[in-house]
Amino acid sequence: MSARAAGLVACRNCGQVHQLDTLRCKRCDSTLQSRDSQSLQKVWAWLVAGMIAYVPANLYPMLLTSTLTDRSESTIIGGVIELVDYGAIGIALVVFAASVLIPVGKFAAIIYLAVSVQRGSGRNRHGRHKAYDVVEFIGRWSMIDVFVVAILSALVQLSAIATINPGIAAVSFALSVIFTMLAAQSFDPRLIWDADRTIHD
Amino acid sequence: MKVDFPPLDDLVACPQCDTLHLAADLPEGTRAGCQRCGHVLMSTQKTAVARIISLALTAFVLMIAAISFPFLALDAGGVRNATSVIDAILAFRNGLAFPLAIAVGFFIVVLPLMRLGALIYALGPLVAGRKARPGARAAFGLAERLRPWSMAEIFIVGVTVALIKVAGMAAVTIGPAFWAFAGVVVITILKDQLICRYSIWEALDKARA
Repeated sequence: MSARAAGLVACRNCGQVHQLDTLRCKRCDSTLQSRDSQSLQKVWAWLVAGMIAYVPANLYPMLLTSTLTDRSESTIIGGVIELVDYGAIGIALVVFAASVLIPVGKFAAIIYLAVSVQRGSGRNRHGRHKAYDVVEFIGRWSMIDVFVVAILSALVQLSAIATINPGIAAVSFALSVIFTMLAAQSFDPRLIWDADRTIHD
Repeated sequence: MKVDFPPLDDLVACPQCDTLHLAADLPEGTRAGCQRCGHVLMSTQKTAVARIISLALTAFVLMIAAISFPFLALDAGGVRNATSVIDAILAFRNGLAFPLAIAVGFFIVVLPLMRLGALIYALGPLVAGRKARPGARAAFGLAERLRPWSMAEIFIVGVTVALIKVAGMAAVTIGPAFWAFAGVVVITILKDQLICRYSIWEALDKARA
């Protein structure tokens, strides 16, 4: 039986159970909501923002490198190709996973979760819950590339010999990661489990 | 619908799927999961609070060291450039990227320190068997809410990637702050695994002033 069916509401922050009409948790003072009715709206809004920010993140340069002989700009994909050229295949895979596979996979997973909840689907709940857990857990790791840019730009400042500076794509990439993290956090996983419950409102 | 319930304080609702359970005392070293979706609801570990506090204090001191000492240095063609963690944050200080400098500062230094500080503040008196400090609940709630935004471990992986990119073009020296930062990451992960929200909220309830 769910807390809602029993006329109760649980605090998602600390687990304390209250009567359904309680507004604030008596234990940790956070706001109580039996189901976040605006959950999907927020999810879609943050997700769209995240997807939009991901476009310039790929088109504009992440790193601006200048050495004695030349200047170059590299995008996210360019950085991965460079690593492959060095022979650092493992690291190239890590960066590719963090900057391309995880963000794109996250967009797809969040769309899938939101659409299936909107349709009231009762299929494969454990699988969808797992997908939600993975998205929540793995999303932050996309920040790797932003930190790589930070360290490289701070470290490689050898006046005329070589300098590396951050490109504007670092900002839009970071925004994209932050927006999709917020999209995942706005999703109320209890909605997945409601499909086959009779809800007493 | 009216059912006879045990006192509300004895009930646990799964935060992930809202299924109600009756809380029970767990044997030492076991964990209890949600019957429906499997989310871990509580786990018990002996003297967890004391270990959380000692790990949090260690991580806090290491983090201070990590931002004070040189992090990495680069040598090429007679030119040397040393970098601290703060320099890495300031890499984004110019132009449009400035807000990113603030965000990165929060992700890798400010939020990790806030989490540690809040935990020490909230749980410290409990170890000594004293009453909880005012605001202890708010502090613990904050520490848990900040968890996804505290990205020290991701930063250290980013540093590794950067080192490999640079290794080909210049000699890199690893400074003491690098090891301090790596220590913060390992200790934070160990500490977070010890945190069972349910037991800590119960402990905070018992120590209520």
